Amino acid sequence: MTSRETPLLARYAEGLFWMARYLERVENLARLVDVTQGFETPGREAESWFSLVRINADEEGFARRGLAPGADEVKHFYLLDQGNPTSIPANLEAARTNARTLRPLISTEMWMQLNVFHRDMTAISPEALQGDRLSRLCVRVKEGVQAHTGITEGTFFRDEGWCFYQLGRLIERADQTTRLLDIRYHLLVPQAGEERRVAELTQWFSVLRAAAGYHAFRRVAQPGFTPTDVVAFLLTDMAFPRSVALCVEQMEWLLGQLRGRYKLRGTVPALERVEELRAGLTGRPVESLVSDGLHHFLDGVQRDLIMLAAEIGTAFFRDWRPLADTAAGGQGQSQTQG
Amino acid sequence: MHLTQSDPFKNYDPGPYFCELTGPRAGDRGTGAAIRSRIATIGLDALRARATAAETDLINLGITFTVYSQATAIDRILPFDCIPRVLTAAEWRQLEAGVKQRVAALNAFLHDVYHGGKIVKDGVIPGELVFGNANYRPEMVDFPVRFGTYVHICGIDIVRDAAGDFMVLEDNARTPSGVSYVVENRHLMSRAFPDLMAGMPLRPVDDYGRRLLSAMVEIAPEGVDNPQVVLLSPGIYNSAYFEHVFLAREMGVPLVEGPDLEVADDRVWMRTTAGRRPVHTIYRRIGDDFLDPTVFRPDSMLGVPGLIGAWRKGNVTLANAVGTGVADDKAVYAYMPRIIKYYLDEDAILPNVETHICREPEGLAYTLDRLDQLVVKPVGESGGYGITIGPRASKAELDAARAALIADPANWISQPVISLSVAPTLTDQGVRPRHLDLRPFAVTGRDTWVLPGGLSRVALKEGSLVVNSSQGGGSKDTWVLDDDLATDMPQDAAPSGGEGA
Repeated sequence: MTSRETPLLARYAEGLFWMARYLERVENLARLVDVTQGFETPGREAESWFSLVRINADEEGFARRGLAPGADEVKHFYLLDQGNPTSIPANLEAARTNARTLRPLISTEMWMQLNVFHRDMTAISPEALQGDRLSRLCVRVKEGVQAHTGITEGTFFRDEGWCFYQLGRLIERADQTTRLLDIRYHLLVPQAGEERRVAELTQWFSVLRAAAGYHAFRRVAQPGFTPTDVVAFLLTDMAFPRSVALCVEQMEWLLGQLRGRYKLRGTVPALERVEELRAGLTGRPVESLVSDGLHHFLDGVQRDLIMLAAEIGTAFFRDWRPLADTAAGGQGQSQTQG
Repeated sequence: MHLTQSDPFKNYDPGPYFCELTGPRAGDRGTGAAIRSRIATIGLDALRARATAAETDLINLGITFTVYSQATAIDRILPFDCIPRVLTAAEWRQLEAGVKQRVAALNAFLHDVYHGGKIVKDGVIPGELVFGNANYRPEMVDFPVRFGTYVHICGIDIVRDAAGDFMVLEDNARTPSGVSYVVENRHLMSRAFPDLMAGMPLRPVDDYGRRLLSAMVEIAPEGVDNPQVVLLSPGIYNSAYFEHVFLAREMGVPLVEGPDLEVADDRVWMRTTAGRRPVHTIYRRIGDDFLDPTVFRPDSMLGVPGLIGAWRKGNVTLANAVGTGVADDKAVYAYMPRIIKYYLDEDAILPNVETHICREPEGLAYTLDRLDQLVVKPVGESGGYGITIGPRASKAELDAARAALIADPANWISQPVISLSVAPTLTDQGVRPRHLDLRPFAVTGRDTWVLPGGLSRVALKEGSLVVNSSQGGGSKDTWVLDDDLATDMPQDAAPSGGEGA
């Protein structure tokens, strides 16, 4: 009696994809805030913080909120401002709204944790952004998403819905890793002497720490490693969970599952996008990516990920056309950064 | 037993009302005394702390309903009272038989009014009450439904008078809600008060989803193997959305919204990642008016264009059927004892509350003469709205009711004030009597099954008779004792000294 076919509503697939994306975004936003705090240069705090707005391509949204480009304003914009659609509370709100529509599908434990996490994070006081409390707040945000991830791993039914959930998460994760690299690019100081090089490496270590990859990198890095090795690690290492190439490989496997195990048609355009992404990452040495302009390359990866998400949407969610688009996020659920 | 505090029941006085826990009842098997002594053991402070924790659980779990007012939407829990309400096996046998009888009569009545209306021709009920009813659906005339079942899910509101006799207050034959709280209250009880429940010989309540799914499969169009059942909800903004989630989960079927479905070639399909898939039975939690914008309200965004066409072709079953509202109208309610007699040739096992129909001149005159003694209800409302309770109304309220009655008599019925039974309820003042009712839920495919117990709704305000959640009501876990369970009550059930007897 357990052989009943369980078709997945297109709306549920889309909801899972986006719930995972929003949550991954929340975690990474906390990582970015944390690393930005570490980069804060005395006397130039505003500039350090505004780079966060730039790498998220939020300049326009930031200006629309009528904020001056100062450190406190940027922190407020991302951690407290529910009216900013790219803030942590707004992303959590969107994740919870998706989870609410998914309640028939996800586990009770997933729903409950998200419900409580959302409530806690939408009640952050401005004081929690001050001084050393900011870093602790970032830890709480990360842990909230990690609790979600663990509960999902341990309780969410592994049928095709899980594939869509993972695809959303991996696309977002790959995208966020490119942004984390980019923040370094924005603050890059031109080449200088040995002392400069050490200072620069210190900043790269912060990037690695933000990505939870510092120790792993030390294990695999050659003694004479350079910043390019860090870039290569974050982009192409096949064992590091946040590397773009590993995310891409997992996406390919998931699309293969949808095609083979669940007999879904329409995966081919998405699989082609994945192949292009991989070719871009592994087709030439990282040294040449860096020398040709890393920012430009990362932009290209971000564009490819947007197109991959669009192909998945076209193939599997396109059937879902709400008559009354009242859901929070609604059509904006196709939103992309950059 | 360590009695560190005085007995919380010491000052408990149900007054002139029938008490569901302390009243003398045969067959309670010592449960009433056991509950009292266990509550005394736990103590009021601990009881309060645990009750608060239990309610926090409900909020965290999102077991809530949404209350909308002007611009705000607030998720509220249905307040949970931790002192259970107990029904003996004998009481339940009567209730169950009465509910089944009532459902059989409702279905027979609906079949008749949509197939010629013999009951009207025979003069048992006035034609205008049936055919002039806003919920009468001409689309249903001569339309066959499987097993003659129109009301697949039925909730019947039952109260108990001062003598402890059950009587029906209202039938809910459209989309009765509340069953999720029956099951969730039991879960909550066993999480938060395992020591209160231990060893109690209770009928389980967790079979509802399986029974409901079986009924939904039974009523699917004939000849469909492995029918696809779905639950159709207005979506996350509906105040009963949690219940829709609950039902979909308990049945293991998709919860769909209107735009998830489409009709092509008079068949209903749902949009999945693998393209469209056929749908055979729809348990809809959307009113008739909103089902199909091409037939009913053209402005409905909740429904599915073409759904009624597919249904009339017999390609999909709707539960409940369209047009059941003609049977649970408060004016038709007054005729239910006669309707039962007419179709089943039986007396009502559960009597009605005496009801005066204001559309009839003598009913109106009677009501206007005794407005200060009667409960006046609009026939078309639900949720406890628009009710005036005569003995408790101010002069201004009575004048307003009188004006409304005279302006549109057909919209009103009146009933005597029933001295609703009470049950011990945890309040800020301690354990106090509060009025309550009972809504058992019946599921009907080929046959009728009644979930043991039902939703006990309790008016939390002192003296209040209005139990609706929208009006500050709460709920209790409802225990039906199982006489087939031979287990005796544990030793602690023995009354301790004179106080617990």
